[in-house]
Amino acid sequence: MEAVTLLQSVFDTVLGLALLWLAWRALASPDLFRAIVLFIAFGLLMALAWVRLDAPDIALAEAAIGAGLTGALLLAALARLESRNETKMLHKNDNESEAHDQGC
Amino acid sequence: MIRGVDKQTPFRWLLMVFLSFLTVGLGYAVLSLPAQTPGLSDYVAENIENSGVSNPVTAVLLNFRGYDTLLEIGVLLLALLGVWSLGGITKQRESSPGPVLDMLSRMLVPLLILVAGYLLWIGAHAPGGAFQAGAVLGAAGVLLLLAGWRPGARFSGLPLRITLVTGLGMFVAVGIVLILVGRRLLEYLPPFAGALILLIEAAATLSIGITLAALFLGGRPEVGPRR
Amino acid sequence: MSTVFLYALVGVGLFILGLYALIVYTHLLRKILAINVMGSGVFLILVALAGRTPGESPDPVPHAMVITGIVVAISATALALALMLRVQAETGRAELPEDPLE
Repeated sequence: MEAVTLLQSVFDTVLGLALLWLAWRALASPDLFRAIVLFIAFGLLMALAWVRLDAPDIALAEAAIGAGLTGALLLAALARLESRNETKMLHKNDNESEAHDQGC
Repeated sequence: MIRGVDKQTPFRWLLMVFLSFLTVGLGYAVLSLPAQTPGLSDYVAENIENSGVSNPVTAVLLNFRGYDTLLEIGVLLLALLGVWSLGGITKQRESSPGPVLDMLSRMLVPLLILVAGYLLWIGAHAPGGAFQAGAVLGAAGVLLLLAGWRPGARFSGLPLRITLVTGLGMFVAVGIVLILVGRRLLEYLPPFAGALILLIEAAATLSIGITLAALFLGGRPEVGPRR
Repeated sequence: MSTVFLYALVGVGLFILGLYALIVYTHLLRKILAINVMGSGVFLILVALAGRTPGESPDPVPHAMVITGIVVAISATALALALMLRVQAETGRAELPEDPLE
């Protein structure tokens, strides 16, 4: 029927535009945590795109690996990155305050 | 973030011009492809009865292009070797998981293992297969690691390594046995193809799940004392 | 425009977006995200073009290639993240130094 194919075309267009927009927002976001979360959302929309393209095996793999496991890996790496930054800042402040005390 | 942007403004305009040309070129190349072409689907459809499974993607992955899948499992193992060679795990801070994570991990992990088994079995004639099942197992492993569980010290030595190698090892073993029987590498005998594929997929699922969870851990686990 | 070519063009767009972000940003984690987006774009092109078969079912060979590609992409991402953490441990920052062009 005409209406169904029109609806499908509209859905595909909206999905394609959403993919491009999410990818750009994820890459250009100033906060890294937000970037990773948007990337996970991008992965889930990709799973939808795979379903629209008649690729259910890829949709399963993308939802589990591409969105889920990659997101978990990225978040764990970000946490380790920031915890090392924090310990460095703490040590730097300790050193500075020691120097202050010795100066006075 | 704009602060972290390399290279000055005139270079960036040059880059954008170049990328626009690239976009137009790629778009033109993609759109000028023929609108209908069978690709390799005819060959797959002809030979799928002899392949041992009825899901065409599984047939391509495990039978027609089985060697690529063997190398892919090898790549997973290589990545884990690389991550392990870069250092051990940082010391885990003692903290108990919150009530939500505790309850969810208890409920979800057995369910995830069940779903992985289902995906492995159903991959022969419906969407599914070893990689999807392995990914779900990996997700169960990640959930356990998030809840604070670590593999016991005795398991982290040789048993862990044996489990990691089982997927690739089973694949290579089947290939070599087929060579010894007189066929070429990974050229299954048609009556046994389905069973061989299931065997390889089962070993691969276990290996892929544990490899993905170990990649999440991010370092080489400490080996405990040998008894 | 049919579904196939729409998604193929979206794939081209994702590839170009990822390439731009890979070149322009200096933080290593952003570069890793950019490479993943580029990979997703390439997979989209492959699978979209696999749907051009005259019959009902798409060509399964590119589907298998993309599943392989997704697994290889996560392996590479895991190794790249470990390398990034090591770079931070050695040099103190996870960014490439910004140097103006002479």
